[in-house]
Amino acid sequence: MNELLKLVHGVVNWGMDTAESMNAGVLIDASVFYALMWVSVLAALGVVLCRNVVHSALLLTASFIGVGCLYIYMDSPFIGAVQFLVYGGAVAILIVMALMLTRRDDMAHSNLSRSLFCQAGAAVISGAFFLCISVASLMTQFREMSAELGDSVTGLADMMLTKYILPFEVAAVLLLIAMIGALVIAKGAHES
Amino acid sequence: MENLTVGAAAEWIRSVILLILGNELLTDVVMKFVGLGACIGVILTAAIVLTYAERKVCAFMQVRLGPNRVGGRFGLLQPIADMLKLMSKEDIIPDGCDRIVWALSPMLLFVPSALIYGLFPFDEGVVFADVNVGVFLLLAISSQSVLPFLMGGYASNSKYAFIGGMRTVAQMLSYEAPMVFSLLGVVMITGSMRMTDIVAAQAENVWFVLLQPIAFIIFIISATAETNRTPFDLVEDESEIVAGPFAEYSGMRWALFFLAEYANLLSISILTTTFFLGGWHGPFLPGVFWFWMKVLFMVFVFMWFRWTFPRTRIDQMLSFSWKVLLPLALVNMMFTGIGVYVWRSMM
Repeated sequence: MNELLKLVHGVVNWGMDTAESMNAGVLIDASVFYALMWVSVLAALGVVLCRNVVHSALLLTASFIGVGCLYIYMDSPFIGAVQFLVYGGAVAILIVMALMLTRRDDMAHSNLSRSLFCQAGAAVISGAFFLCISVASLMTQFREMSAELGDSVTGLADMMLTKYILPFEVAAVLLLIAMIGALVIAKGAHES
Repeated sequence: MENLTVGAAAEWIRSVILLILGNELLTDVVMKFVGLGACIGVILTAAIVLTYAERKVCAFMQVRLGPNRVGGRFGLLQPIADMLKLMSKEDIIPDGCDRIVWALSPMLLFVPSALIYGLFPFDEGVVFADVNVGVFLLLAISSQSVLPFLMGGYASNSKYAFIGGMRTVAQMLSYEAPMVFSLLGVVMITGSMRMTDIVAAQAENVWFVLLQPIAFIIFIISATAETNRTPFDLVEDESEIVAGPFAEYSGMRWALFFLAEYANLLSISILTTTFFLGGWHGPFLPGVFWFWMKVLFMVFVFMWFRWTFPRTRIDQMLSFSWKVLLPLALVNMMFTGIGVYVWRSMM
């Protein structure tokens, strides 16, 4: 029994030493990150390439959730939860419902790309947008926020209700306007 | 008594694994998987126990005997028989369904139901992930179970399934709002969203069911609606739409829907216990006993609801959420805010 235990300990220690010499910790970290990243990116690619528009919408959700997992993996569970709740929950369901309720013809070929001209236009616009985002994110000086926010959500709440009260309120007003607009449109329909 | 805690059991398992492996780091890694396995084990055990319990509770409320053939006078082996039956059933794939989405729906439905078990404090120090935004993350994850229902409803290529899917969305989205606002009262009193802090705050003072009775009632009602149980089971309404989103599923795929449903039933009972009934705290007995006693009592309460109240109509149900529960929850939140402010300025 003791011999067997010694053998197992030896194998385990050898394995751990080898793993340490190969920087396994960094490797695992990176591979989880890239796995989540590829899930998001491939799902986003599927949104464009799928023939069925409902599949596209579901893949869009997968992409949202992949990004949410990335946030959680990078130690910001609050942002991850917001991503899950708002994008994975509300926005995705809104899109899927709208698609299912408005399209009547065959769903299998509902996401056909129109002409070459349209595709070229879409490529140019999204390329330009991608360029803007990349430039903006490369130019921005990112600050370490964690010290300011502390461990708790209290820090975040303080920031939102003092320093960043204006953007917070503007977002609230925007949502209120959207809600009233939706009510007005829905009221206008003739109910028989 | 000291040794009867879950933490002590975990320590013992850890020492055994450490003896075998002889490496601290690897033992910690293995212990993470043991924790995951324990969460999954709780869910699967619950599915077996709760199907039997539901049949028996239902039977006694209707002055029947319930299962009494398989496994002795009390039908104790009935869940095993159910399981064997479900596994041996033919897997019927409906014509013209959207194959991939149809097959993914029951699997994806189970994921959020199982995931939130990682956030529950079962006993002192026994919580898989003690996140500082625990309550919020929990609500965010559980909101993900809406889309799989809709996927199943859409992909089955059946009218009834589709109506069921649409109803799921309307119902679960409407009742999520009052549920979130009822929990905010608890979070405001505690001043933290960490699950263990909420349990600790109740151990120091009183159970939140006494401080937040309205929130407790709102939470119970909306949790029943969130898990699609009677009186709010419009989603799988047998007398109107066959079985809603699961109408076209059979065998193990159908069983996965029910596994998720019972996982949800247990998790709302655990949530009620954690937020309103003091979690694992209690006198004399070890925490884990108190925890499961309270949780099983809440499970019984939810079953009691199921066999007591008649089913509501979908429009009544939605207007009840938006016109009664949500305003009530907001008013409760306002008064809680005033109360907390007054209490803090008095201290």
